[in-house]
Amino acid sequence: MQRHSDANMDFVAVTAETPGSAKPDPILIADHITRTFGGLTAVNVAHLEIQRGSITALIGPNGAGKTTFFNLLTGYDSPNSGSWTFNGLALNGVPPHKVARLGMVRTFQLTKALYRLTVLENMALGARGQKGESVFASIFPWLWRAQDEEIQKKALSILDNFKLIDKKDDFAAALSGGQRKLLEMARALMVEPEMVMLDEPMAGVNPALKQSLLEHIKELRNEGKTVLFVEHDMDMVHEISDWVVVMSQGEVIAEGTPASVMKNEQVIEAYLGAHHNVNLSAEGGE
Amino acid sequence: MDFLFITQQTLSATIGVNTIIFALAAIGLNMHFGYTGLLNFGQAGFLAIGAYSVAVPVISFGLPLWVAFLIGIVNSVIFALILGIPTLRLRADYLAIVTIAAAEIVRQIARSATFNSTLGGSDGITGKFGEEFFALNPFKSGLNTPILRFNANDLWVVITGWLLVAVIVFFMWIMVNSPWGRLMRAIREDEDAVRSLGKNVYLYKMQSLIIGGVIGACGGFVYALSRQSVQPDNYGTALTFFAYTVLILGGAARVFSPVVGAMIFWFLIVFIEQVLRQGVTNDLIPDWLIGVNQVSQIRFMLMGIGLMLLMIFRPQGIFGDKKELALDAKA
Repeated sequence: MQRHSDANMDFVAVTAETPGSAKPDPILIADHITRTFGGLTAVNVAHLEIQRGSITALIGPNGAGKTTFFNLLTGYDSPNSGSWTFNGLALNGVPPHKVARLGMVRTFQLTKALYRLTVLENMALGARGQKGESVFASIFPWLWRAQDEEIQKKALSILDNFKLIDKKDDFAAALSGGQRKLLEMARALMVEPEMVMLDEPMAGVNPALKQSLLEHIKELRNEGKTVLFVEHDMDMVHEISDWVVVMSQGEVIAEGTPASVMKNEQVIEAYLGAHHNVNLSAEGGE
Repeated sequence: MDFLFITQQTLSATIGVNTIIFALAAIGLNMHFGYTGLLNFGQAGFLAIGAYSVAVPVISFGLPLWVAFLIGIVNSVIFALILGIPTLRLRADYLAIVTIAAAEIVRQIARSATFNSTLGGSDGITGKFGEEFFALNPFKSGLNTPILRFNANDLWVVITGWLLVAVIVFFMWIMVNSPWGRLMRAIREDEDAVRSLGKNVYLYKMQSLIIGGVIGACGGFVYALSRQSVQPDNYGTALTFFAYTVLILGGAARVFSPVVGAMIFWFLIVFIEQVLRQGVTNDLIPDWLIGVNQVSQIRFMLMGIGLMLLMIFRPQGIFGDKKELALDAKA
């Protein structure tokens, strides 16, 4: 934990707090990405780099284009123009499942638990390179049984860590909203991603679970994974993110450490319009 | 009333040729709809392709029957590809529209005058294309017991047909309980979530469409062979909807449900018909209420009422789990 914090402090120290600033070791680089819906420009990001091994928050008022930007990066939507690379590989036109295989795995704002599958089945589905998922191999159980047992074992250990082990045989639909968020994140880990993209991981999660989700996200960074998340909960952003990117009306308007971004005039204006006298920092926001 | 006759007719139908045909059609639909969530409303098209593929090569081109079976499987795979390539990337409802139209196109092509010489037009094809199959029949006489009655040919079709159903159900059971089956059910629940885990959803939906379609074509083989003729209008939309009825009757996404659903479906139809017919001819049902010629329509009305009651009191079907059905509301 301490080691990573130090490394992150280094990156934070050497990075300029300006929109589109260069990072020492970017895992994701986006250039001139635009997406329009009719006359509305939803996303217009000139340049953005995400530091490897960091927790980066993507914040902004409703309708800022955060989720659309997520969809573009992960292949669920196609931009009108622009290019972006992940680990140096161009991702233009790459379909979502290939993006995931390259190591960039996302979750969804509206949780997509697979309702009529059990929690354990949800988890097992995430594992890569399953022999039993080939249509021909599926009829020869001895070809995949051993591998599937390994997968179940791994799934159980992650479920144990996420405190969902007691629910393993329940249908995912039987979980609470917060537990589904946990399950979705746990399932994403089964893919062994290098970068995890979380779309509002805290929405609708009760305070007790929130704390445990925070710990899990920090743990991801400790394991060397990169986390990019969209969030409205400023407490959470302040608590765990190394770096904050602020979007408004489709554009990146500010970047920086949580503390500096929340004092940024432009950011406060974007959130509250011209009439503002509220401090957005963690202490004053409550 | 001749109760023994009613029993004999009903039981023979329950395990008879039609049950096998509908079970196969519904097993295919179970793959599509029950396990993968694909709304295929063109299952009749797959049966038609199976049936014509058995009859046409033998009658019009003089090929051996086993080659005709292979042609039938290849054709149903091609049909699945034609349906799937443009539509499986789109939302589920598009597949429903395309499949219902495609099945009608198949039927209309089959009955068109243009292909009269090979496909037989609206009269279809009648002939001894199943000769090689019936030559293998070890039963020289049929079965005639008080409770079951089949002629020699039907008996052979029924035995081989049930063997085919057993083999297909066995493989279905293995497949849906494998990681492949898990992936299919996941696609049914939420495609985008499955994509986010690095799975090529399009490829798997195509596999489902092909497998279910080939099983449907097997139903077409049985249909054609058992009657020694192929009539294009037997493969209309009604066949698809009866197959869905069978599937929902048994409970979707259960391996055995299409088989049991088909048995119940044909049990009810024949039982109701026989009871009504006996009632009318023995003057137990007055003439002003139901005439002899109305029996075959009225049995479908009663069947419809029965299905409504089933959907009201047991919406999950015979084998389904009501709790599981309730989850569908995407709570």
